[in-house]
Amino acid sequence: MQENLFDRASDTLKGKRVFTVSEITRDIKLILENTFNEIWVEGEISGIRQISSGTVFFTLKDSGSLLKCVIFSSFVRGIKFELKDGIKIVCFGRIGVYEKDGQYQLYTEKIEAKGMGSLQLALEQLKEKLEKEGLFAPAHKRPIPYLPGRIGIVTSLQGAAIKDMLKVMDRRFADVNVIINPAQVQGEAAKGDIARAINELNSFNDDLPPQEKIEVLIVGRGGGSIEDLWAFNEEVVARAIYNSRIPVISAVGHERDFTIADLVADLRAATPSVAAELVLPEKEALEEKTRQLAQRLKLFISELIVNSEEELDRLLRRISLGISNLFKLDFGRFQSAEKKLALLSPLLGIQQHISRLSDLTRQLSIGAGHFSQLKNSRLVTLAEKLSSLSPLNILGRGYSITFKMPQKEVIRDPQAIKAGDMIMTRMSKAEILSKVTEVDRNG
Amino acid sequence: MAEMKFEDALKKLERIIEDLEKGDLTLDEALKKYQEGVELSRVCAQRLENAKKKIDLLTKNKKGEFDLKPLEEAEE
Repeated sequence: MQENLFDRASDTLKGKRVFTVSEITRDIKLILENTFNEIWVEGEISGIRQISSGTVFFTLKDSGSLLKCVIFSSFVRGIKFELKDGIKIVCFGRIGVYEKDGQYQLYTEKIEAKGMGSLQLALEQLKEKLEKEGLFAPAHKRPIPYLPGRIGIVTSLQGAAIKDMLKVMDRRFADVNVIINPAQVQGEAAKGDIARAINELNSFNDDLPPQEKIEVLIVGRGGGSIEDLWAFNEEVVARAIYNSRIPVISAVGHERDFTIADLVADLRAATPSVAAELVLPEKEALEEKTRQLAQRLKLFISELIVNSEEELDRLLRRISLGISNLFKLDFGRFQSAEKKLALLSPLLGIQQHISRLSDLTRQLSIGAGHFSQLKNSRLVTLAEKLSSLSPLNILGRGYSITFKMPQKEVIRDPQAIKAGDMIMTRMSKAEILSKVTEVDRNG
Repeated sequence: MAEMKFEDALKKLERIIEDLEKGDLTLDEALKKYQEGVELSRVCAQRLENAKKKIDLLTKNKKGEFDLKPLEEAEE
């Protein structure tokens, strides 16, 4: 029976071509490899694994089928984002048949992300990773110093960014030393170069004395395509910014451009020009501030003088009382009294000054523009008149102040001074240093 | 005082004015501070007037040490 069946089978094969496994496999290989030579295939990654040589194996799947794929390490390096299970991709390559196993697979050369695009996917993946590591944490953000004396800049010397920033500095209050560490900001080498420049400025700064430190870094470039700006989305740049001991302002492209560098930086400036404006204040604002401070100083001294004048008034009243008492004394004591009176005589001049003061008051209140809103305030009117009587002006009228040296304390108590002491007499246009030879406390 | 930074002069001036306005100084202390304040406000005004940026390039010499070289402003 069996022989019969076999014979029948042999009969049916008469005149038919019988392939060996190797033959048919070779034919299949020929057909598949010629037909599917340069193809794009889309699907979802699953079962991804990488072997030590760097070659990556995975399966591309959709709801109905699976396709085995392989990508060699030299091509893996060209992929911007991380290959992971579940990601939807489009692969470019050719179908190859591995004769020994009778298996066909897609020899992949290029992979693009489906949907958002490869660059975007890479960005999202890196963002997620750095976020988890805490590189964007608000707690890590340092304040940008007010009015830095030294600024470091990392950008290209040929680009628009540096020109824009220097232009802004010319307009602003730029009492500042700018240190540029040039870096390529475009192309393959840019990411490494930017990171290098940031690191170098930090090492340089570490060795500077505290007074000369770089207080803030601006890292950026002018506008361009997303590919042009890509270096600022690279991990090595993000880490250099994160590790910078100097606070960093990112200034990449235009307002609409957002990069990873912006997320890591202590402060994001929309453009390089804005960065320069952030570190350098407007000149006008500072001039106004300085004016206000000078005004407060003036007001203070005016009030001080008002108070001193009242004190003087009180003294004058006591003196005139003392003088009338003196006349009641007998002649024998009159001589010493006369001596005392002579000493008092400069004070008599004060009354003249006070009457001059009220003249000045009238003149000043006519010409006083500064205080126009406060014109009716009695205090300010007084202050205005009296500011012309600053202590320095009083010196101008021939008075002097004596200081004990080297402490430079005003001498009021005669007991505080003795022969041999050094004293300094401040007059309006001179300071005289003298040595005391005698102190007459009865004088 | 010629070398004092604007920022430092301004801060110092603010502190002096606060001290003066607290009013617990003796007359000679107040006078000293007032004079210092006048000088500082002059320094501030001068700095604002004369501020000029200075631009250097960070370079490395043959020994790998850092060096600052003034940037030629010709590029502007």
